[in-house]
Amino acid sequence: MSHGNINNITARLNAARRVAIFGGTHGNEMSGVTLVNLWMQNSAEIQRRGVEIQPFITNPKAVEKCVRYVDTDLNRAFTQENLSVTGGDELPYEVQRAQEINRMFGPKGSADAYDVIFDLHNTTSNMGCTLILESSKDAFNLQMMNYIKKAFAPASCLVLLNEHPLLKYSTSRSVAKHPVGLEVGPQPQGVLRSNIFEAMRVILKHALDFIELFNEGMEFPACSVEVFRVLERMDYPRDANGNIIAMVHPNLQDCDWEPLNPGDPMFQTFDGKSIHYQGPSTVYPTFINEAAYYEKQQAFVTTRRENLLASAIRKA
Amino acid sequence: MERAAIPPISSVAVCGGTHGNELTGVYIVREMQKQKLEKVGSVSITPVLTNPKALDVGRRYTEMDLNRCFTDALLSSPITESTPYELRRAQELNAQLGPKGSAEAVDLLIDLHNTTANMGLCLIFYSIDWITLHIYKYLQNKMSSIPVRAIQVAVPASDAYSLESVGKHGFAIEVGPQPNGVLRADIFNMVKEAVELTLAWLQEFNSGHTFEGSTVEAYTLVKSVDYPRDPAGKITAAIHQDLQDNDFKLLRSGDPIFLTFSGETLKYEGEDLYPFFVNECAYYEKKIAFHLAQKKTYTFPSISVKKD
Repeated sequence: MSHGNINNITARLNAARRVAIFGGTHGNEMSGVTLVNLWMQNSAEIQRRGVEIQPFITNPKAVEKCVRYVDTDLNRAFTQENLSVTGGDELPYEVQRAQEINRMFGPKGSADAYDVIFDLHNTTSNMGCTLILESSKDAFNLQMMNYIKKAFAPASCLVLLNEHPLLKYSTSRSVAKHPVGLEVGPQPQGVLRSNIFEAMRVILKHALDFIELFNEGMEFPACSVEVFRVLERMDYPRDANGNIIAMVHPNLQDCDWEPLNPGDPMFQTFDGKSIHYQGPSTVYPTFINEAAYYEKQQAFVTTRRENLLASAIRKA
Repeated sequence: MERAAIPPISSVAVCGGTHGNELTGVYIVREMQKQKLEKVGSVSITPVLTNPKALDVGRRYTEMDLNRCFTDALLSSPITESTPYELRRAQELNAQLGPKGSAEAVDLLIDLHNTTANMGLCLIFYSIDWITLHIYKYLQNKMSSIPVRAIQVAVPASDAYSLESVGKHGFAIEVGPQPNGVLRADIFNMVKEAVELTLAWLQEFNSGHTFEGSTVEAYTLVKSVDYPRDPAGKITAAIHQDLQDNDFKLLRSGDPIFLTFSGETLKYEGEDLYPFFVNECAYYEKKIAFHLAQKKTYTFPSISVKKD
C-alpha cells in the first residue's frame, strides 16, 4: 500500500475484503463475548456489501471459565517467537491459540493476512469508548477512526495510540494488516452492562459502514485526528516483597483522559497519605485502575495529546 | 420495650478475602496484620484472611464458594480426600473462630465483602440481633459519605450458610460498586471507617454506656429473578438501563428490567419490591440477575452491657 504525500496526494489503498471481529480475547470481558456469540448465531447486523466479515471467539477456554486467560495472556502472545515455536500440545494454551489464529487470519506480516481485525475489549477503567491504534502511519485506520468519531458524536470516542517501542505489545489483532482495538469501560470483569454493550455495538456499526463506503469508492479527504499517545507505565508503590502499599488516589480514580499536573495527587497510602505526580509536565492518564494490570505492574499509563495527519485515501 | 442487658463483646474477628477477588477486605485485614493490631481497648481483634488459595489466584473461590459452606450440615460433614478446599477451610475457620453455636465462638464476626452492584454499604445478617441493629443505627448516623442499609436473610441458624454465622454475633459488610480484582481508595476508606466506628461502638458498649432504643428500616429477601435465557441456557438480555445501578429503588409492575439483545424491553410483573444485588458478577452462575426485598421497620430496645 502506498502512503502518499499527505498534503496533496490521495493514497490509493486496496479494498478491505476480509474483516474479522474478535471477541473473548479476554474471556471475562463480556461485551465482545456477547456480541460475537450473537453474530455467530445471526450475522445480519454485521453484513456489508463487498466484504466478508467473520465474527470469532479467540479464547474459548477462557470464555468458558469466565477468566481473562488460562495459561498466559492471549493479547500478549502474538510475538514472532510464539508464532514460530514448535511444541504442539505442550505449549501453553494461548500460544497454541495464537498459532491457530495466525494460520486462520494471518500469517502476520504477509500479503495473505486479513485486511482488518476488530478486537473487542472491556476495561474496569473509566475510559468510555476508546479506539486503540498501533501505528501512527496507518492512514486507513486513521481515516476509519476519524469517521467513527464523527459518526458517534456528540458522544465521545477517543483514540489511544500505542506505538511505544517498549510498551507496545503483540495483540491478537496484530495479525491483520489494519488492527483496530475497541476498548469500552468502565465495566467489571464478568459483568454485562447494557449501556456498554450497546455503545460497542454502535461503534462497530460505524466502523463497518466506513469499510463499505471505502470499498464502494468513496474518497476520504485528508484529515487531522486527535490521539493520545502512550508515554509511560506507572506502577503502584510497592514494598520490598512486591505488595502494593498505596491505592490510586480518589482524586485520580475515574479521571481517565483528564490532565494530571505535576504535584497532583496520584496514590494514597492505606493510612491516608497522598503521593504526588512528580513528572516534568502535564500528562493525560488512562487505564486508571484496570483490574488486569495489577499483575502487570501498571496502575495507569500516561499519554500526551497529539494531532496526527492522515492523507486522503481512496480505493485503488 | 424493656432495656436489654447483653454480655460484653470482648473478642472480634475481622475477616477478609472470603471471596478472593473482593479486595477491600483483603487489604483491610492485611493492614491490620501489618500493624499487628491485636487489641483495641477492651476488645481483642483477630484479623483473618479466610480464603488464601482463592486470593492467590485472584478468584472468588477455587472449588466451591466458601461463603456457602457454613451450614451445620456442611460443618459437620466428614473430610475425605475429595472434600473441596473451601469446605476444609470452612471447618478450619469454624474450629478457629467458633465452633458455631457454642460458648467458645468469637463474640462478633465481621466479614468484609464487595459487590459489583451499586449497593453502597450494607450490613447483612441472619437474625434480628440487638447488637447488630445498634451498630447499624450507629453507622447510619455517623457515616455521611455512603448510604448505609441493612439486609436480613431470614434463615434459621442451622441453615445459615455464610461465615458470619460462626460468631455469637455476626454480620457481613458488603460494599459496592467495585469490580472484582480492583481496589478503590474511596471504598477502602469507607470500609475502614465503618470498621473503626464499629470498634469504637464496642468500646463504649463494653464500658457501660447505655445505647437508647430506636427503630430502623431493613430489607428482607423475598425472591430472586434470573436473566431470560435461551434453550441452551445462555442469557438473552442485559439488565435494563433503568434498573442498572438503581439498587433499593422501588420496582413496580410495568417497570423495565431487561433489554434483550434484539432490542426488546422486558418489564417487571409483581408486587412492589426493592431490588438489590442488581447485576452482581458472581450471581450469573447462581442464576440471579437481581434479588427482591421488602422493607421492614424494626424496633429495638435500649441496651447496656450486662455486668456480672
